[in-house]
Amino acid sequence: MMETPQINRMLKPDRGVGIVGYGAYIPRFRLPASEVSRVWRGGSGGVPIEEKAVAGLDEDVITMSVEAARNALARSGIHPGHIRAVWIGSESHPYSVKPSSTIVAEAIGATPHTLAADWEFACKAGTEAFQAAVGFVGSRMADYALAIGMDTAQGRPGDALEYTAGAGGAAFILGPEKQSLVAVEGSYSFATDTPDFWRRADEKYPEHGERFTGEPAYFRHITSAAQTLMESLDAKPSDYQFAVFHQPNTKFPQRVARDLGFSGEQIQAGLLVPRIGNVYAGSALVGLTAILDIANPGDRILLVSYGSGAGSDAMSLRVTEHLTSRREAAPSTESYIARRTEIDYATYARYRGKLTLQ
Amino acid sequence: MEVSSHWRVRQQRYALVGEVCPSCEVKIFPPRDVCPECGDEAKTHFQFSGRGEVYSYTTLFDAPQGHEAQLPYTLALVKLEEGPLVTAQLTDVNGTKLEVGMPVEMVTRKLRSDGDRGMLVYGYKFRPRLQAA
Repeated sequence: MMETPQINRMLKPDRGVGIVGYGAYIPRFRLPASEVSRVWRGGSGGVPIEEKAVAGLDEDVITMSVEAARNALARSGIHPGHIRAVWIGSESHPYSVKPSSTIVAEAIGATPHTLAADWEFACKAGTEAFQAAVGFVGSRMADYALAIGMDTAQGRPGDALEYTAGAGGAAFILGPEKQSLVAVEGSYSFATDTPDFWRRADEKYPEHGERFTGEPAYFRHITSAAQTLMESLDAKPSDYQFAVFHQPNTKFPQRVARDLGFSGEQIQAGLLVPRIGNVYAGSALVGLTAILDIANPGDRILLVSYGSGAGSDAMSLRVTEHLTSRREAAPSTESYIARRTEIDYATYARYRGKLTLQ
Repeated sequence: MEVSSHWRVRQQRYALVGEVCPSCEVKIFPPRDVCPECGDEAKTHFQFSGRGEVYSYTTLFDAPQGHEAQLPYTLALVKLEEGPLVTAQLTDVNGTKLEVGMPVEMVTRKLRSDGDRGMLVYGYKFRPRLQAA
């Protein structure tokens, strides 16, 4: 095999691009991890998070994306007719064939002059849509593109994933840097064929490679993506006020942050997994919305997602002077987390379609 | 319901898009192309804000065919800020004390599924109003 040529690895369009609007959505139901433990392990043993967010009977990736997109639109102040791409990354699209994105585009008023599409790459489908939107706007093919990462994650009853597989996500409108609330300084993507987690077509629940999901998968991809991007930008962890990583549980992002040289304080604001669970394609992105709710102009943010199969998207962001005046146009991520109704395992089983009715 | 009937009403159902009468400026929902006040033609689209208040409500424990999956649910008459009275489900209200006059806002939710193989039907419901940040 030929050696990879030396190239500048950072992804950066000629035209500056930034986030002109952002919005979160987290459903209101919460299943404490202790409930999963009570039902499947007699209440013994540790739990990976406190509780996870669960979608209601009338919610799915489409309805949740609509609300997050409306929040992003409210903060952007732009007319939905200017959005030339509506891209939704998820593992839980309600249809196998029939785009979620056309329904969302219609509901927010972005149809018909728009490129609607659904994206798939395990837990990084949302940041993948984000990366593509940066390119779409950066190339001047369009002025505005909407990228969403949203999931109602699946976990087999009794499996380790059932403690954490949550629901929620976030929407971002990418546009010209001059109008942006947050500028994209540069990004980078790192991918290899690593089978740590998958769900075959038509199967309801995913399979995972147990401990294989750690070192060669999550840690290698996130670390490589973060380090390559920071080297390209000549940046170091202390240059960032905030960092947010994919959050399959509480320990993984804490450890990868420490390995890279970030402090607990830098990841605190975006670390939502203990309170909402792993929201898969929305995980790092909804963490970013919580950071944007409190960040100040000039603050730098490093975001690195991870999707099984496997790959990571890393982005370096810088808050502009426009953020503070716009963020109050939509509900904060914390207000969605605070809107909490606890349910028991039986209610959860009904809401998530785990009961056989006929 | 036929696929075509769902398709025809998608904008009004997903986003409360109604009409405004060009003569007397009355806001119309659902859209009917003729002003119910002055009788003039009214085909100009109008995007409702989605804000309103509960005019009356009732909780259903027995549902029409096709709506059983979300039982029990609450149905309300909602008086929109712009005037019209619409019938819709209230959502995110289990455990909430309901009352006439309660401020609500529109959300787009799943109304029903046409069986395991049919289409998913989405549309407006109302929930207790969230505050912006």
